[in-house]
Amino acid sequence: MDILAHVPILVVGIPLLGAFATPLIARAGARARNWFAIFILLLTTALAIALAVSVFQAGPRVYVLGGQSFGFTLPSGYFFPIRIILEADGLSAFFVLIIAVTTLLGAIYSTAFMRAHSGLEKYYALLLLLAAGMFGMVVTGDAFNFFVFLEITSIAATGLVAFRTGRAESGEAAFKMMVLYNIGGLLVLLAVAILYGQYGALNFAYLAKLIEYSLLDVVALALFVLALALKAGAVPMHMWVPDAYPAAPAPVTMVMVANTQIGLYGLYRICFSLYGLKLTPALVGWIVIILGILSIFIGVSMAVIQRDLKRLIAYSGIAQIGYMLLGVGVGLAVLGTPALDSYGLMAMKGGIFHIVNHALYEGLLFLAAGAVSYRAGTRNLDQLGGLAHNMRWTAFFFIIGGAAIAGLPPFNGFASKLIIYESVFKFNPILAVIALLASIITLAIYARAFQSVFVGPKLPAYKDVREAPPSMMFAMAILAALVVLFGLFPDLVVRYLVSPAAQALVNRAQYIEAILGAGLGVR
Amino acid sequence: MSKLVRTIGWLLYAPILIFGFYVIMHGHLTPGGGFQGGAVVASGFALLIVAYGAKGAGLKERLLSVVESGGALIFVGLAFLGLGATFFYNFLAAGGGVVFNELVPPGPNPGDLNTAGTLPLMNWAVGLKVLAGLGSIVLLLALFPSEEE
Repeated sequence: MDILAHVPILVVGIPLLGAFATPLIARAGARARNWFAIFILLLTTALAIALAVSVFQAGPRVYVLGGQSFGFTLPSGYFFPIRIILEADGLSAFFVLIIAVTTLLGAIYSTAFMRAHSGLEKYYALLLLLAAGMFGMVVTGDAFNFFVFLEITSIAATGLVAFRTGRAESGEAAFKMMVLYNIGGLLVLLAVAILYGQYGALNFAYLAKLIEYSLLDVVALALFVLALALKAGAVPMHMWVPDAYPAAPAPVTMVMVANTQIGLYGLYRICFSLYGLKLTPALVGWIVIILGILSIFIGVSMAVIQRDLKRLIAYSGIAQIGYMLLGVGVGLAVLGTPALDSYGLMAMKGGIFHIVNHALYEGLLFLAAGAVSYRAGTRNLDQLGGLAHNMRWTAFFFIIGGAAIAGLPPFNGFASKLIIYESVFKFNPILAVIALLASIITLAIYARAFQSVFVGPKLPAYKDVREAPPSMMFAMAILAALVVLFGLFPDLVVRYLVSPAAQALVNRAQYIEAILGAGLGVR
Repeated sequence: MSKLVRTIGWLLYAPILIFGFYVIMHGHLTPGGGFQGGAVVASGFALLIVAYGAKGAGLKERLLSVVESGGALIFVGLAFLGLGATFFYNFLAAGGGVVFNELVPPGPNPGDLNTAGTLPLMNWAVGLKVLAGLGSIVLLLALFPSEEE
């Protein structure tokens, strides 16, 4: 059996198997359970890298579930695909890597961070289930399958946010999330039903070939955009984010950041690959841009006044989601015009590059904030102070994360924000100015947060605080190293990771042909 | 609960279980299947809990948890066994295995259970998962004291 041939489904199947096996393995003890979860995620990461490398080298990969052969998309006698088909292109591969890294580091960090809690077999099972759901969302090529995996991520994420049941905030945040995620999920289901009712098919590629942009298609598009922007936490559907992020355990918050970005993946996939030029690019593009600008503006201005460290990071994270919407929105607005090649594609690359950067530095900031609350017992900026005396490395990692989110060179946030500013300026200077100003305010926010948590004389309440445990330091160190490396070599990252993802979005014909043109035989 | 409820509950428990397992077993031939049958079985558990109380019903949460994980593992494991061709490939159907290897006859049939390959096995896996999952939900709801008490 050729393992590499089955990689698209294995990245979903292995974490799923691990999730259900974890409660059984946990009978052998806490150590076995932790190592099992980490082993499963290490294996998944290796498979994810194999998938990404093969996609970046050889183009989109398709996988037919339950068929006689995985490349057998059109059985003889049929002229449209009937089975569930997975399709992984450059954008999927890009997201697969982000999910693999964040979930693996989240599990490593959890071994120390969650040690004091009981019922951890369910925690790791939910974490693996969340990973399986996210992998499924990015590799599936089937609309209903997309909905199923969306629901899996929603349920697993809600369970993880509610995990620390002793705290009142967990239950409240999880309930809010559950209601909103359910509304979002039902909107997606309705949109899928509308498309199915019209075209009698569920495969994205086949739907993309048929789609006409009738009134019903417009309704379906509006439902998709609404639900996926809610999943991504874009203003004005952001209200669950500042509750859920602080309530969740820190490693879960990091995985949740990747989970919101999967909402962006869905948004991009629907807009570019499913509808493409059939939708009115300028109008939909401007809607995405306005969502982005609103997120940047409201996220930053709400972050200024926060007193809770994780809530502050959550609000500034909403602003960063805005940059991703802005960059790709500009690309969508000029889709099909000559401007796409002059600056539109560059703006998309900036927006997509910002996704991976955001996953890294926002994860780093949340992990550092988690280390602070783990040792000091509070996240209140008014009470904290002088922690740099005892937690040197955590302070160092927080500086790296804060500088990256504020867009200071030589960290990765600078590289992607510069691309966004330059290309968006050519599209509309005012948008670039708003983005730039928000970035300056972000710097002020993080300077203040760093000052009130780490700087100052040793406070008597925290004189015995120690540095974070090794596994937490390890996860933070890996993220910090990636943040610096991505900032030092942005050209390599853009060439090998970001460019294929942006090209995959623009190249709609390739997405369709991978399924409908492949026919018999194995790629 | 009163003796009347307990006696009727005890009498009905076996028929409910049998009906639930029947729905699971015939999932590939008739309407219903693993999920529906598992839900029917779990309703039997709910009846016991209502009649005898959470402690007296004799349901063990640890055992239900193992059955739930086991059901899910069997389901995903069956999908993995198809990897000789593809994930979820029906490797038992059409002569591939010793059991369940016949095709489902079209139209009304007398209940040819020995058909449809891995589908009956997957129905059982889903059925076990659902009866244990819903059963433990009902059990936990009954075990936790409500706020008014």
